[in-house]
Amino acid sequence: MLTDLTIAQAAEGLRKKEFSAVELTKAHTDAIDALNGRVNAYITVTSDKALEAAKKADSTLAAGEAPALTGIPLGIKDLFCTNGVRTTAASKIIGNFVPPYESTVTAKLLENGAIFLGKTNLDEFAMGSGNLTSAFGGVENPWHRKDDASVLVPGGSSGGSAAAVAARMAMGATGTDTGGSIRQPAAYCGIVGLKPTYGRCSRWGTIAFASSLDQAGPMTRSVEDASIMLSAMAGADPKDSTCANVAVPDYRAACGRSLKGLRVGIPAEYRAPGMSEEILAVWQKGIDMLREAGCEIVDVSLPHTKYGLATYYIIAPAECSSNLARYDGVRFGERAEGATSLDDLYEKTRHNGFGEEVRRRILMGTYVLSAGYYDAYYLKAQKVRTLIQRDFTQAFQKVDVLLTPTAPTAAFARDEKPEDPVQMYLNDIFTVPASMAGQPAMSVPVELDDKGLPLGLQLIGKHFDEETIIAVGSALEKAAGFTALPDLRAGVSA
Amino acid sequence: MSLDLATTRRIAKLARIGLDDQEIEAVRAQLGGILGWIEILDEVDVEGVPPMIGTSTNAALLPREDAVTDGDCQDKVLSNAPDREGPFFTVPKVVE
Repeated sequence: MLTDLTIAQAAEGLRKKEFSAVELTKAHTDAIDALNGRVNAYITVTSDKALEAAKKADSTLAAGEAPALTGIPLGIKDLFCTNGVRTTAASKIIGNFVPPYESTVTAKLLENGAIFLGKTNLDEFAMGSGNLTSAFGGVENPWHRKDDASVLVPGGSSGGSAAAVAARMAMGATGTDTGGSIRQPAAYCGIVGLKPTYGRCSRWGTIAFASSLDQAGPMTRSVEDASIMLSAMAGADPKDSTCANVAVPDYRAACGRSLKGLRVGIPAEYRAPGMSEEILAVWQKGIDMLREAGCEIVDVSLPHTKYGLATYYIIAPAECSSNLARYDGVRFGERAEGATSLDDLYEKTRHNGFGEEVRRRILMGTYVLSAGYYDAYYLKAQKVRTLIQRDFTQAFQKVDVLLTPTAPTAAFARDEKPEDPVQMYLNDIFTVPASMAGQPAMSVPVELDDKGLPLGLQLIGKHFDEETIIAVGSALEKAAGFTALPDLRAGVSA
Repeated sequence: MSLDLATTRRIAKLARIGLDDQEIEAVRAQLGGILGWIEILDEVDVEGVPPMIGTSTNAALLPREDAVTDGDCQDKVLSNAPDREGPFFTVPKVVE
């Protein structure tokens, strides 16, 4: 089936005229029609626009010299502004927002020939780890436990993107990652998710959550596909001064590179107390595979790991409270009715428009930034962040890449959602430290647990060295031979 | 650490999020829980450690010419306004 191809395979098939871009796109819009009612991976589907674009892609291909992603149908996380296509951040407060401009990352993908199938679901404003806070309803993970029909979460916040790619409702998708939002859903849905170095991809036109952490990246079914998408997404942008002026290499060339003599660090602190035997076992399996592939395994220490989450839950809400101040019901988005004063308009609009988790984070951020508390919380957290980054800098003097689990568990069921927000935040325990330090990191699916759910391992690299994590990731992928399929997918009746 | 109701009300006011009494109490309890958890940072000695601002990934900032790059698009700017009058956004009366 066309929907089972990787991006690399489809690009080759299009060039050999085995099928057309229209056929490839139609196969995906049909899959969306069949599955989205249940999976809810897309908030907005743009089939007509996609098929129009596919016709143009076929002419480009016929003329030759087509860029790498020509005719490749992708899902776009509904956090990237898309010109003329509703962009909601899965929030009621901008549920009707139609941007009159295109984000840099999506503009680059369009220039590279990609076709957009629609806007994928997420946790409201990318705040969550289970896709449970979307104002447009939750996403169903296409995977289920053996002999158990419970609906599992796809992870978050890029859960719609992860579910769409796993269920073959897109060949690849964009995600954004602030504390794990690409890597954790990739692990829960059995796909590859790559968070580049902070500053690798432009943030311009991507709805902001925490500006010193947010980073866009690809979510795909192979490491090679991630490398192809990243080459198209990355690069300096005069519209974002934090986007680095660093040359973008040909990431695809890093796939399959020899790992002889590469040093892989195993951080002792990621062996968290109470961690499941299964996660420890898959981690050990990954270590053995990389040793087999010619890597030297080195024990390292990242002593401030245990402070990562607490630091994150000061810094991210602080930046969120500032970024989300713009949603006031005046210039765009939803406005509450019946306000009697300007303050009343703000308070009613923001109460009605934001969901509970977003309100909680804005309030938390407001508190840690408020007079009298700033030094005790925000400034302190920024100092601890320096120590977390130093840990990585020191570790990377000894090793080239780190290998850790991506998440402490496999996907959990919707009705197993913890009531205590702190318990929910623990999902990101292994992904947050790399975010705090700005390191690139990738989750690769390795095997199924005994309930039949995918488990992923995370590779963390040096700043701007996505090539090494791609090289190691492709070796891990080859050794793991992960070929299991979710039960909900294109071609299988829902 | 626990948070009192007056502080919680003050934060909600600063954030311009209207909350009723029941919601204020729920927020107070939840934020108190999160703040208690964050106290783990008290163990860390940060004496002499500079705060990290941005991720300082050692990449040079990309300067651009200080010139107008966009503008003259009033209709685009106003296209998502919940309420407008001619070329203006509207708000409730602020001066009596």
